Amino acid sequence: MIQADLNIILPEILLALYAMLALLAVVYTGKDKMAPMLTWLTAGVFALLAVWIGVSGEGENIAFNGMFHDDAFSRFAKVAMLLAGAAVLVMGADYMQRRNMLRFEYPILVALAMVGMMTMVSAGDLMTLYMGLELQSLSLYVVATLRRDGVKSTEAGMKYFLLGALSSGLLLYGSSLVYGFAGTTTFAGIVEAVGHGHTPLGLLFGLTFVISGLAFKVSAVPFHMWTPDVYEGAPTPITAFFATAPKLAAMGLFARVLFDAFGGVVGDWQQIIALLSVLSMFLGAIAAIGQTNIKRLLAYSSIAHMGYALMGLAAGTALGVEAMLVYMAIYVTMNVGTFAFILSMEKDGQPVTDIASLNLYSKQSSGRALALLFLMFSLAGVPPFLGFFGKLYVLRAAFEGGLAWLAIAGVVASVIGAFYYLRIVYYMYFGEEGDELDAPRSLVQQVLLMASAAIMLLGIVNFFGVDTAAQAAAAALMPH
Amino acid sequence: MIGLEHYLGVAAMLFVIGIFGLFLNRKNIIILLMSIELILLSVNINLVAFSSFLGDLTGQVFALFVMTVAAAEAAIGLAILVSFFRNRGTIAVEDVNVMKG
Repeated sequence: MIQADLNIILPEILLALYAMLALLAVVYTGKDKMAPMLTWLTAGVFALLAVWIGVSGEGENIAFNGMFHDDAFSRFAKVAMLLAGAAVLVMGADYMQRRNMLRFEYPILVALAMVGMMTMVSAGDLMTLYMGLELQSLSLYVVATLRRDGVKSTEAGMKYFLLGALSSGLLLYGSSLVYGFAGTTTFAGIVEAVGHGHTPLGLLFGLTFVISGLAFKVSAVPFHMWTPDVYEGAPTPITAFFATAPKLAAMGLFARVLFDAFGGVVGDWQQIIALLSVLSMFLGAIAAIGQTNIKRLLAYSSIAHMGYALMGLAAGTALGVEAMLVYMAIYVTMNVGTFAFILSMEKDGQPVTDIASLNLYSKQSSGRALALLFLMFSLAGVPPFLGFFGKLYVLRAAFEGGLAWLAIAGVVASVIGAFYYLRIVYYMYFGEEGDELDAPRSLVQQVLLMASAAIMLLGIVNFFGVDTAAQAAAAALMPH
Repeated sequence: MIGLEHYLGVAAMLFVIGIFGLFLNRKNIIILLMSIELILLSVNINLVAFSSFLGDLTGQVFALFVMTVAAAEAAIGLAILVSFFRNRGTIAVEDVNVMKG
């Protein structure tokens, strides 16, 4: 029995063991001198695990009496998270090393956060959910504060910790109510207790608290306050990490809770999710207009994008979950490329985050400017690029799910949001003369930027099977 | 006779006090950490009360997990607080304001 269970969670166990052994090995040998090697090694382990999970996993395996689910949904999320994590690790290594920030704790904490995220998307029980979420959050609090001597980094860590702990508290209080009124903590048991008709009031309260806790983690309005400050304050490679894998993990967890545990009562949570979605889209689009710091701007952009992903969930159908997964996969790819660009923005060796520094960038480096143009158009959702198809997917899902008003609101918000993405493009091509940025140094960032930009265009021709994988993933989540 | 609703009432009160402590307190970050502990404590009371009421052990196991995580969370919170204090020389809530958000 236990052997079969352990086999199902083998990837998580191996990654956790790797993190602990790496910690021991590095502490007893070179410490920070080993950090660059360890960063690459961790990225390699992530990539290997992604390939392994993607190739060998099949069917639906349930371990530990329903506490842990390994199905197409969790595998989709895990592969995407591991690949994004690997990309972010390798593209930030050079940046951190030159600024003396590359401590050996960084890759180890990222690996532990990854174990937490993998547990989150596989959770089949409120306890697994909580332990995965906390393993991820606690690692991320420390990673945000990695620059111990920086005022902004410690402040970002402080804010992230306080609001993250509050959100965990809300989620837990909700979990305790759900446990009390459903009599069990497993999702399979909750779905039975909820039934298909009348939900007890206590359970509704619990569900609302759980949703608010999760909304904090995906930074949906009105629980978004921490996002801009944390994005701005944390060192850029870490911001890049925050904007990719943890977002995907939190959305995956959101889908798990809503469909695995409360899939029978879509009507009870649909309105809440739709409200979160429409508020996020509009606040993200409007508040970003006044931003001059590109990291802050991307924070608001991520809030808006979470709104679109939530729109897919709000539809409450298999198509909606599929649209959400496709949207998140595209979003993560775009963000890896955009952050690869931001990481290489520097002048006299100092990082620059002001968007005005991109003035006439196209004259200085036309290839990179064109790549960023692709990514910005894609983030804005301008037609020939992949980002447009992501938006189209969720809009269609919302429309077919009976939420036509939400789809229309999404279109309006995306038109407003296009303004600030296009402003960056405007600066690059038609801006005023200004100081030039340094030439980029890192080959890895260059490659990732170009690859991500190329996917934005090539993805239209061939979607690399992401859509079929997402379809299988969504089907695995639906009640059978 | 003290029933389930009394325990739930106490837990709800602690929870609300914790939330208000987080939002209304303008003095000291340590108080924020205490408020967070209060929230987690209220959850534990809830879990144990439900567990006893339902005659089901899961809630108590959950409460043990919550306690363990709360300890880890407090340790990390205090560590971040120390490095914040080293940089700023203050732990007043109103001084957490280099970035406006």
